[in-house]
Amino acid sequence: MASIRMERLRKVFGKVVAVADVSLEIADGEFMVLLGPSGCGKTTMLRCLAGLERPDGGRVFIGDRDVTDAPPAARGIAMVFQSYAVFPHMTVRDNIAFGLRMRGVPPDEVRRRVQDGAALLQIDQLLDRYPAQLSGGQRQRVAVARAIVMQPQVLLMDEPLSNLDALLRLQMRAELKRLHEEVRSTTVYVTHDQVEALSLGQRIAVIRGGGVVQCDTPARVYDAPANRFVGGFIGSPPMNFLDATLRRDGASAAVEVQGARIALPRVPQATDGSVVVGIRPEHIAVQPAPSPDGVRARVVVLEPLGPQTLLTVRAGTETLKVTAPVEFHAEPGAEVWLRFDPARIRLMDARTGDALGG
Amino acid sequence: MSAAARRALLALAVTGVTAWVLAPIVLIALASFTTRSQLYAWPRSVIPDPWSVETLRFFLQAQGVLQATWHSLVVAILTIALAIVIGAPAGYALSRFRFAGREAFRLAILGTKMFPATILAVPLAVSFIQWGLYDTLLGVAFVHTALALPFAIIITTSVFVGVPFELEEAAMTLGCGRLQAFLRVALPIALPGLAAAAIFTFVLSWNEVFAATILTLRTRTLPALVMNAVGSAGAPADFRFAAGFFMIVPALIIIMVIRRYLLTLWGVTVR
Repeated sequence: MASIRMERLRKVFGKVVAVADVSLEIADGEFMVLLGPSGCGKTTMLRCLAGLERPDGGRVFIGDRDVTDAPPAARGIAMVFQSYAVFPHMTVRDNIAFGLRMRGVPPDEVRRRVQDGAALLQIDQLLDRYPAQLSGGQRQRVAVARAIVMQPQVLLMDEPLSNLDALLRLQMRAELKRLHEEVRSTTVYVTHDQVEALSLGQRIAVIRGGGVVQCDTPARVYDAPANRFVGGFIGSPPMNFLDATLRRDGASAAVEVQGARIALPRVPQATDGSVVVGIRPEHIAVQPAPSPDGVRARVVVLEPLGPQTLLTVRAGTETLKVTAPVEFHAEPGAEVWLRFDPARIRLMDARTGDALGG
Repeated sequence: MSAAARRALLALAVTGVTAWVLAPIVLIALASFTTRSQLYAWPRSVIPDPWSVETLRFFLQAQGVLQATWHSLVVAILTIALAIVIGAPAGYALSRFRFAGREAFRLAILGTKMFPATILAVPLAVSFIQWGLYDTLLGVAFVHTALALPFAIIITTSVFVGVPFELEEAAMTLGCGRLQAFLRVALPIALPGLAAAAIFTFVLSWNEVFAATILTLRTRTLPALVMNAVGSAGAPADFRFAAGFFMIVPALIIIMVIRRYLLTLWGVTVR
């Protein structure tokens, strides 16, 4: 187990800057998720940590050791690839034992660790099969087993669940979390799925355009997104954004959104004027009757999702998503009033999109 | 033209081409199993009656034939070894690395095939005499390797392209260096494809007659021997038929056995 430190890591492919001077620290035993849309540089960052890409600038430290110039074999890492990269010409047993045998671990120890690893991933019945005879989920478990039996200082995972069907993904997510709790290795996990990030990560680094936009616990990334991008990326359905006007009055403050006046619980550190109000769909209450802090809107579409109902409403020129209880009923075109939970409003700068403090 | 007429024309063309290729082979095969007396008889039925191995036995017992067969085998094996030892790393490099002049290199490899061997004949013989390679099996093997390498490299390149580099990366994260990852992961997976390249090389070397004839005097390969026997020494008809049949058989068998595999290798599965 070891801590990881990236210092001003930079990787360029031709003219494209994939990783833009990123500095990040990961604690020993921590499960860090690198989350971001396709092409944001998260996989490149992971590969730089693994030693599969040589950075064009900056340094990588694993456990206080500078490994920037070290080959993958000398870094004390183990990696699970998106396509699993299970060796097709070896049995499951030989696959799992591969790394151990390369390190010269004695055969008895190899046998024991392979058995334990396979049991942990529940594939001990499949040890003598070839990968071609396994399902995708089973192959994925082989890839994970192969990595964890190495007892690496750092475990790297590149979107290991993205090739699985939805139900299997759900199961494997819980398995990986249980595994981390048992094995407690420092893990860096790359994904574009924000649900996976929220579920698995002890901390999430949201990445965009080669840089870390916010690095925080899942709760804080969800409740206090650093900017509009994070707010809109995390959460399904994503955060709503409305133009508003901030008015401060000594000890109190309020935002005016399309004629509705919503009192804020705290006075924010910002100047009066245009702001953007960020509010999540589940923090909006829908009412059939008008009120001074209710924003008027028209129902566009009503989607019954099982445990709740998802409404698409139109308020002025903005389209918003609102989650309502299952019993809620309204005809498309009906007028409703939206009341925002003031404690959950996240104010953002109208120009930069960054969250406003306070 | 109607669809039926087009189909009929296609059938005719196919039959014609097939007959053109198969007829000599079939005639040679039938003649090899005919007794000498029957061969010289006129009129002669195409189908031998009775079937006899007398002609083949005559051929095999003729002077130098068995030894020449052995020489052909040795040259073919040497050629395969050289072609694989050079061709496999070349194919790996072309499939994995992007280096300046890569496309030019590829074209150059193919370009050697366009070079007429006849022009090389005399200079090659002279050089071989100077280097002491004249009339040796190794010398012939070198030339056969040069002839086989373009095809071998084309095959090995596509074989290694088909081996995902991620597998080698996985091996590297598990403790392998670059070379070990190649030897333990890429090579075993590429083995069937390399076997195909080896078989191609065998057929090419076994059938090669020109370089073998030019570059050998006494340690002849089978095609060179037959060429000499037929051309200079005026071997009788039964010898020729038996020789032709005997030389064709290994290639025929091999190609028929690996036919399905070959076509799958190139992405088209033909039943």
